[in-house]
Amino acid sequence: MATSKTENISTIIDGKRVIVKKPELLAPAGNLEKLKVAVHYGADAVFIGGQEYGLRSNAGNFTWEEMKEGVEFAKQYGAKIYVTTNIFAHNENIDGLEDYLRGIASAGVAGIIVADPLIIETCKRVAPEVEVHLSTQQSLSNWKAVKFWKEEGLHRVVLARETSGDEIQEMKEKVDIEIETFIHGAMCIAYSGRCVLSNHMTARDSNRGGCCQSCRWDYDLYEVDNGEEKALFSKDDSPFAMSPKDLKLIESIPRMIEMGIDSLKVEGRMKSIHYVATVVSVYRKVIDAYCADPDKFTIKQEWLEELDKCANRETATAFFEGVPGHEEQMFGVHGKKTKYDFAGLVLDYNEESKIVTLQQRNYFKRGQEVEFFGPGMENFTQIIDKIWDEKGNELDVAKHPLQIVQFKVERPLRPQNMMRKELV
Amino acid sequence: MNKPELLVTPLSVQHVKKLCEAGADAFMIGEQRYGLRMASEFSKEQCQQAITIAHEYGKKVYIAVNGIFHNDKVDELNDYLLFCEQAGADAIVFGDPAVLMAARESTPHLPLHWNTETTATNYYTCNYWGKKGAKRAVLARELSMDAIIEMKENAEVEIEVQVHGMTCMFQSKRSLLGNYFLYQGKALEIENRKEQKNMLLHDPERSNKYPIFEDENGTHIMSPNDMCIIDELAEMIEAGVDSFKIEGILQSSEYVTAVTALYRKAIDACIEDPEAYEEIKDQWLEEIEALQQPHRPLDTGFFFKETVY
Repeated sequence: MATSKTENISTIIDGKRVIVKKPELLAPAGNLEKLKVAVHYGADAVFIGGQEYGLRSNAGNFTWEEMKEGVEFAKQYGAKIYVTTNIFAHNENIDGLEDYLRGIASAGVAGIIVADPLIIETCKRVAPEVEVHLSTQQSLSNWKAVKFWKEEGLHRVVLARETSGDEIQEMKEKVDIEIETFIHGAMCIAYSGRCVLSNHMTARDSNRGGCCQSCRWDYDLYEVDNGEEKALFSKDDSPFAMSPKDLKLIESIPRMIEMGIDSLKVEGRMKSIHYVATVVSVYRKVIDAYCADPDKFTIKQEWLEELDKCANRETATAFFEGVPGHEEQMFGVHGKKTKYDFAGLVLDYNEESKIVTLQQRNYFKRGQEVEFFGPGMENFTQIIDKIWDEKGNELDVAKHPLQIVQFKVERPLRPQNMMRKELV
Repeated sequence: MNKPELLVTPLSVQHVKKLCEAGADAFMIGEQRYGLRMASEFSKEQCQQAITIAHEYGKKVYIAVNGIFHNDKVDELNDYLLFCEQAGADAIVFGDPAVLMAARESTPHLPLHWNTETTATNYYTCNYWGKKGAKRAVLARELSMDAIIEMKENAEVEIEVQVHGMTCMFQSKRSLLGNYFLYQGKALEIENRKEQKNMLLHDPERSNKYPIFEDENGTHIMSPNDMCIIDELAEMIEAGVDSFKIEGILQSSEYVTAVTALYRKAIDACIEDPEAYEEIKDQWLEEIEALQQPHRPLDTGFFFKETVY
């Protein structure tokens, strides 16, 4: 029954240990463009939202046509698509569910991520070819509950973000089921699915995708003393806050791979393509490097620096490495941390003339230092010289969003490579 | 017409006796090691005493085992369930499927009530847990009256609805008060206060104050008002809702006893003489209003409130 002991994680080839059970790298995508970027930058699977039953009613969610196109695109790279259908449904959401799940199946989606047994059971009945993955919204925290869901026929469980590495290890040893854990991104400070602050404060249903993130607001702390309410802190103190730092488990990836965790998940369907590309490419490199030579593996400083280039907030390891304390929360003034901005997407590169054709995504100008990055390449920086528009007119600045511009880049680039600039 | 059960969370063993006399039909008790947000801690011995008293009055006792369990406590569940059965508990309240699994192993005949608080939002899912072994589903507090009635009409399990008191809005595993005190460098000064249950989060924009406290299960934030629908029971009684719950957490035992006595009158009147209930119900509401602390206004929860998403 000890899965990780019977299951081969690694083997010896020519005297060197290599990892044979490589975990899936699972990335978020809020729209088709992000999906393509995620796959292109190395994701093995991408999770997306459809028009209904998902938990991000504000995210750019996929139409049926986009979902089909996404699946077809991913297939060319051997990547899978999962659809989040993880609301806790109300009676009024029952009608239409069967058709919705049949639609997901006919789009060729590999699996759905579900919290509500209504949706689990309906999917098993009307779309049995679609895998069912239990969402983190169920706050699954112990091996016996994992066993319950295994017996219910689920293919995979996404654990609560409150579980530690030691606990996951025990689950993996006791139950033979695919386990998916979060490795990077924003997270709830509450047990997922057990927070209705949003319902009370703004009449928006958090468990049906309406969460207004009131946990990220500032509050005052009072105490009631003999029926009298008084503030516990003065105006000079930082207000009471509950915001967690974002999750970043890059340094725990080796342990996760050795434990046999099946899927490593990056959060962020609302995040930009720059974010998706950066995070996915870094974790791709970490996973590949570790699997190729686990015993000589070290985390490269450049990977850590690269991840920081798209960080929205401070980061922490949360529960994986133990119980998080005050250092893992954000108090006081916490502005945007990002020091870099996405500046352009490479459309073409002419090897002979060394001219790049690029779609502008943010203001940049002649004389500015920019950095290029992409899957399977070393990042490099360069100072931009002359810039031309599509008609060959010389420009001092590229200031129009989505404008097509050209300039000289010494080292070769490929379509889908990205250009970022440092913020000053 | 079936008479719904009046379920109360008592504040002590002695309180159980008073509540029996005030008209409660059933009690939910437990300890924070296994149960969430109990009105008071009931050790195993106290559970035993409470059950003895309640059974003398012909009342029922349910023990809360509704925590979100991690591996460390899972191995204790079987023993605790066996204790509950031997002590004579009439049911176990659970949320985590691990409890269901443990119950199948050690106490297959002990009735189970499914209560995750926030996730019992449709009748299909209530019936699903019914098929897995639950006898009753405790509905989420964020449902409208219409949704509750529809759930009862389609439910194959008993339906329990909270009708009075505070509700939980949030549970984190983290020590959010303790962490804040540490961050402020005032841990020693006020650390011992965090479990005293007299703290409020002030939300200036909505002028709301939310009770907040910590225990073994993490940090809990509660609703700013006490829900009270003593004057709106008729429709649910008619639909056959099986149990009405009065939540005693963060209230005094005198308050809970007084409120229980009023709901007893209201339920009895509604069954025996619906017209009389309609005539007198506003008076009961006023009597409860008079019992409220200044920082705990009454409201009707989500019974008549629309949420969007």
